[in-house]
Amino acid sequence: MTPLLEIRDLRIEGRSDEEWHPIINGVDLTLGRGEVLGLIGESGAGKSTLGLAAMGYVRDGVRISGGSVMFDGIDLMNASTEEKRSLLGRRIAYVAQSAAASFNPAHKLIDQHVEAPVRHGVQDRGESIEDAIELYRKLRLPNPEEIGFRYPHQVSGGQLQRAMTAMAMSCRPDLIIFDEPTTALDVTTQIEVLAAIRDIVDQFGTSAIYITHDLAVVAQMADRIKVLLRGDEVETAPTREMLDHPREDYTKSLWAVRGYHRPEKPKPGPESVPILAVEGVTAAYGEQVVLNEVSFDIHPGRTVAVVGESGSGKSTTARVITGLLPPRDGVVRFEGEALPPSYRQRSKDQLRQIQMIYQMADTALNPRQTIAQIVGRPVRFYSGLKGRKLAARVDELLDQIEMDPAIYRDRLPGELSGGQKQRVGIARALAAEPRLIICDEVTSALDQLVAEGILKLLARLQDELGLSYMFITHDLATVKAIADEVVVMKEGQVIEQGPKTEMFTPPHHPYTDLLLSSVPEMDPDWLDRLLAERGVEALGEAATDKM
Amino acid sequence: MGSVIRIVLQRLALGLVTLLIVSAVIFGAVNLLPGDFAQAVLGQSATPEAVAAIRTQLGLDQPLPVRYAQWLWDAARGDLGVSFAQANFASFTGRVDPSATVLAQIGPRFANTMFLAGVTAAIAVPLAVGLGILAALWRDTAFDKGANIATLSSISSPEFFVAYILILLFAVVNPVLPSLSNIFPGMSFGERLEKTLLPALTLTLVVTAHMMRMTRAAILNLMAQPYIEMARLKGMRPLRVIWRHALPNALAPIVNVVALNLAYLVTGVVVVEVVFVYPGIGQLFVDSVKLRDIPVVQACCLIFAAAYILLNLTADILSIISNPRLRHPK
Repeated sequence: MTPLLEIRDLRIEGRSDEEWHPIINGVDLTLGRGEVLGLIGESGAGKSTLGLAAMGYVRDGVRISGGSVMFDGIDLMNASTEEKRSLLGRRIAYVAQSAAASFNPAHKLIDQHVEAPVRHGVQDRGESIEDAIELYRKLRLPNPEEIGFRYPHQVSGGQLQRAMTAMAMSCRPDLIIFDEPTTALDVTTQIEVLAAIRDIVDQFGTSAIYITHDLAVVAQMADRIKVLLRGDEVETAPTREMLDHPREDYTKSLWAVRGYHRPEKPKPGPESVPILAVEGVTAAYGEQVVLNEVSFDIHPGRTVAVVGESGSGKSTTARVITGLLPPRDGVVRFEGEALPPSYRQRSKDQLRQIQMIYQMADTALNPRQTIAQIVGRPVRFYSGLKGRKLAARVDELLDQIEMDPAIYRDRLPGELSGGQKQRVGIARALAAEPRLIICDEVTSALDQLVAEGILKLLARLQDELGLSYMFITHDLATVKAIADEVVVMKEGQVIEQGPKTEMFTPPHHPYTDLLLSSVPEMDPDWLDRLLAERGVEALGEAATDKM
Repeated sequence: MGSVIRIVLQRLALGLVTLLIVSAVIFGAVNLLPGDFAQAVLGQSATPEAVAAIRTQLGLDQPLPVRYAQWLWDAARGDLGVSFAQANFASFTGRVDPSATVLAQIGPRFANTMFLAGVTAAIAVPLAVGLGILAALWRDTAFDKGANIATLSSISSPEFFVAYILILLFAVVNPVLPSLSNIFPGMSFGERLEKTLLPALTLTLVVTAHMMRMTRAAILNLMAQPYIEMARLKGMRPLRVIWRHALPNALAPIVNVVALNLAYLVTGVVVVEVVFVYPGIGQLFVDSVKLRDIPVVQACCLIFAAAYILLNLTADILSIISNPRLRHPK
């Protein structure tokens, strides 16, 4: 039997600065019927572009410059627009990264679900609605009869992602492209979505291309894995083989990243005064209380990781500490001294001591200022240095973040990579000579190799400068790598806190346990095992019975 | 739904406050006009006693805040006063001729203006939005560029120029439409429409460009959204993608620019009225300023301000309603 999808020597170019640059340099891809292929690589590797090209679709400013895409005997490169359109949504469907952004906010879920079957003449509206409810049930959405009649903003992220999978299934396509469908979700939600996607793909024997940058996720989902690097294929192998015996150095490096581990520092003595003490802080946005009696200490030279899912109050805690959000109750002490609640009332020196680094280095740097200007401003503001002394200090800071001043001082942020931008963010925080740096999800938007580089840099700076870190993250791998102490937050409250080794050793608080066990592992059987432990497989069978 | 009603009530209250402030500004500004009605009506040779008598009779000798309070109180009860120019001061009877009230003066003119604005809106809004959608659909094609050039040239030409060109084309070269729009009470709707068509077309050419370009821009602004890509990847046709997926989310900016242009139709069409001798409120306004007929000027200003506020308020409310997050809270 011929494969369902056959891509040969595909070349794709993207337009920037009035020139065409290669994005995909001659990649082959073969997908059998009922097979799930994992497509993995860092951002910019061309995964999404390749996934969309498998649908015969390219985004604006992108063109296919060579090669062929054959879908079930149809040449998508030479098919008419009309022919391609009749395949899209009907025989090839797409599940996007952010369901919240990919559902139209103006229409109910069900109206968007039935659109493809009705327009392609597969089902009429009534049949399609009934089918949607059946799919919602199979995907274990709560209230399958009603959930479709809500607007996207009325449904949670994990549920939307499942509803989008249901929508992709609406015409029972032969092929679904999953483009990072769980990247935007919390770990506990991710599990449900992964299990639901895998079940339904199995049940209908749908072929799929599963795009992700998360190795552990792809290990659960794919039969085969293809690794991409800057538009080139690195290697392809069946999942188990790839996990056990990666052939190429690049693949091995991807596997190794998760090995970074910084030993926990010895516990502070009883006489140690915490550099930062958060005591009974309650804070609210208007009427809504978002932090409830939050207390924890950060001792000098240590790293405290604050973990929790989105909406748990991690970033709000940072806002209270920096004085952006004066608390309703409680106090924040710096070296034993209470800080004024609002940053407006704090002295320049108090402001200098606590600095922040943000998740989106992109938006936190002024695109019109050179690196020297960006880093130089806080130097001038806090130390009053001018002229040559200022320039020397900026160079020193750039050296500290391992970026050659001679090359980078006059560049603009737009000319840097994601990791380099984050380094500039670190240099800007260092410019104030702080004692404590709050890192808000600083590695979440970065690829693993780059993220590891940033973590190592932060560790080195801590050793050299005696810095303390408050490390806000939802990624437990990062916590394992660098934290000395862990604070687990949920719904604005501290659930559990303690030294890292204790936190990662049972017994845990049930919520910590749920968080920890939800982090995907590099073992193809992990998801099955976990679902079995949690007793979820019964639900999967129930769904199968209804077929 | 409760939150929507609350927002609407809030906006209404704000609109009333704005109107109050504007009324004070109008009253102050009108009274800053040099010269006064008594002087204007009696001429250069009037005796100071005669001027003073008329000023007393009209209440012009009272201090400004007192006159403002009196005027505001009357206006709130629907009495906009008596037109200075129409009242017969020579007789000194003290009785007011009903046809001399400001309301009687403005009423029919205002109705005419609304008719003209209505006809124009009925042509211009669907035309502009339709052209905007098509321009977005066929972006960067000859159609898009042609529509842009055509609407931009019409908005860049002075209104009277557009008006005379249309008269030349449709009343002189091909005499299919009347060049004078002298409508009067008792005309049938059809006759009115025929007489109003040329000024309405002129105004259409003036207001279409703005609305069309905003429609196009608002839609194109959304075309990079993931849900638009999703609709395409579901195999939807380009027109459906725009009509069903982009337009509902682009309504807020479009409604706002439509409201601004409708407000212009109510308040800013003096030149077109003059060219076509159309008996609208704009001409009355200009004549009253010339005559220092303060009650009429004030009433016109108040109507203009109210129209602006009301239309913008409507736009605000419509864009709030077009947002499903407000219509259907969690």
